[in-house]
Amino acid sequence: MSPLLVPLAAGDNRALTITLFLAVVVVTLGITFWASRQNKSAADYYAGGRSFTGFQNGLAIGGDYMSAASFLGISGSIALYGYDGFLYSIGFLVAWLVALLLVAELLRNSGRYTMADQLAYRMRQVPVRSAAASSTIVVSIFYLLAQMVGAGSLVGLLLGVSSPGVKNLVIIGVGILMIVYVTLGGMKGTTWVQIVKAVLLIIGTLLITILVLAQFHFNLSELLGAAAQKSGKGEAFLQPGQLYGRDLVGKFDFLSLGLALVLGTAGLPHILVRFYTTPTAQTARKSVLWAIGLIGAFYLMTLVLGFGAAALVDTAKGSPVATSSGNAASPLLAQAVGGGEGTLGGAVLLALISAVAFATILAVVAGLTLTSASSLAHDIYANVIKKGKASERSEMVVVRIAAFAIGAVAIALAIPAQRLNIAFLVALAFAVAASANLPALLFNLFWRRFNTVGATASIYGGLIAAVVLVIFSPVGSGTETSLFPHAHFAWFPLRNPGLVSIPIGFLCGIVGTLVSKDTESQKRYDELEVRSLTGAGAEKATAH
Amino acid sequence: MARTRRGTAARSRGRSDSQSYSDLAADPGFAELKRRYRRFAIPATIAFLVWYVTYVVCNNWARGFMGTRVVGHINVALVFGLLQFLSTFVIAYLYARYAGRRLDPLSTQLRERFESETGR
Repeated sequence: MSPLLVPLAAGDNRALTITLFLAVVVVTLGITFWASRQNKSAADYYAGGRSFTGFQNGLAIGGDYMSAASFLGISGSIALYGYDGFLYSIGFLVAWLVALLLVAELLRNSGRYTMADQLAYRMRQVPVRSAAASSTIVVSIFYLLAQMVGAGSLVGLLLGVSSPGVKNLVIIGVGILMIVYVTLGGMKGTTWVQIVKAVLLIIGTLLITILVLAQFHFNLSELLGAAAQKSGKGEAFLQPGQLYGRDLVGKFDFLSLGLALVLGTAGLPHILVRFYTTPTAQTARKSVLWAIGLIGAFYLMTLVLGFGAAALVDTAKGSPVATSSGNAASPLLAQAVGGGEGTLGGAVLLALISAVAFATILAVVAGLTLTSASSLAHDIYANVIKKGKASERSEMVVVRIAAFAIGAVAIALAIPAQRLNIAFLVALAFAVAASANLPALLFNLFWRRFNTVGATASIYGGLIAAVVLVIFSPVGSGTETSLFPHAHFAWFPLRNPGLVSIPIGFLCGIVGTLVSKDTESQKRYDELEVRSLTGAGAEKATAH
Repeated sequence: MARTRRGTAARSRGRSDSQSYSDLAADPGFAELKRRYRRFAIPATIAFLVWYVTYVVCNNWARGFMGTRVVGHINVALVFGLLQFLSTFVIAYLYARYAGRRLDPLSTQLRERFESETGR
């Protein structure tokens, strides 16, 4: 994100925006305190008592998944680069079919609280849980850092302040809020925060979408024509090639990104744990169906928002939209369709969309913190350190300490990370999820011979391959926006490692399995298969 | 931890979980459930992945085709992208219908037998 910030709000606007931000904080904290009194058991804390309906969990999945990066980022990217900005959202949506067809129901039936539970079902606990917890924490921290650094800039942008001190305060404030949500509210509180956010986000985008379409007589072609003309690029604005794949390396880079997006979603730990919050596999399926509908509708609306901003808002070089890498596009579009700068309607819509973006950030960081804290407490503390002999009470103390620690680490890393270009972190999180987690999950469910060595090999292999390739890519060194701009060790040309690291993850799983003589894990394969497909012996909802 | 608790409950009824799991695994009904599930899930997964990769590849290497106008300012690239949304919705709908009709009745039957055997 560009360090150049453009104040969107001033005077009365700012007071209105701050009021709405505070309203979001008050409502979400209210939910959290309510939920905290209902957390009685580990199943309540980790999985919200497994009592959410398909519709509720579908909304929560949407709330967990549609980050500020996709709300402001995708529409902004469309506003600046036209058609290519739309490509991210297609990968993000199609990916849900992997979750629906191969993962959601089987995982719901065979796991309990964390991603590792499902692998540990038939593998040796200590090595497999250590591996799965490592990748859970790496993926979640990457994602969390991207969200928190984004939060600092976004809130600064939305409130119209650009001083580094204020941005640091915002990061600390968001960090403290997420620690409170997670330590008190657990999964139940976090889920309700995500549900509220999803409803706000859908209503907000729907409102702006309708107002934009109304300006073009509800004619998509007319909107596209106006956007293409205003962009100054003409028809090329509506065709692929403005952002991705300008040369051969760029084309392979885009292919690599596309693969990571479509295969990564079903390996994101904070998404996987959402399937545990429903009472049965059938409800988990329904929740994914709702999520596909909501997320699909949302991305279709961002298409209108993006082209709407291109047509109605100034996106020329040096404009607020351009200097904020597109993040200001949706808020400014809201202002424009509300009546323009200086009008009451414009001010209200601008403040509203800003508050929706703020709620979005809070819900996503809460989900990520909860997932990594759960993995630390349930996988590392209870099963690796205490070998499964920890009392539920002590586990519940540890998970809260873990949430506090993750929050503190995230704040400490996010403040210095602000000067870096962190846009690659989300793509890297998807690449690790696709390279490390997905192979292990799929082999465990569908390949009887798969064993402990194979599981650890695929997780560590995919994880290390993805991270190492990014370090030795142009993201790591050699260009102006690199982590080390003045060093030159970028021997791997692609910014997105998926094209190479995903096959490495699968290959490590196969080779690791075949070189090991271990057949112990095959003994419980029948049991895992029966349980995952029929739900026989699966965890039930807790009764209240 | 939970497994020990479950084991105790099952023993009091004279049957262990693992016995019941092996019985179900050997049951022709379970083999049928597994066959039905895989018959839908695997071809559907291959189909949508190929369809999606084709779309990504066309964005890279078939730009002339993607830029062709269909109607007004709407070109092949946009229609292809919107078709990815449509195919996702359709596959999700078809799977939900298939699972409700062909998978759920079988899995419920098997699960209920397991539960009555193990006393849960």
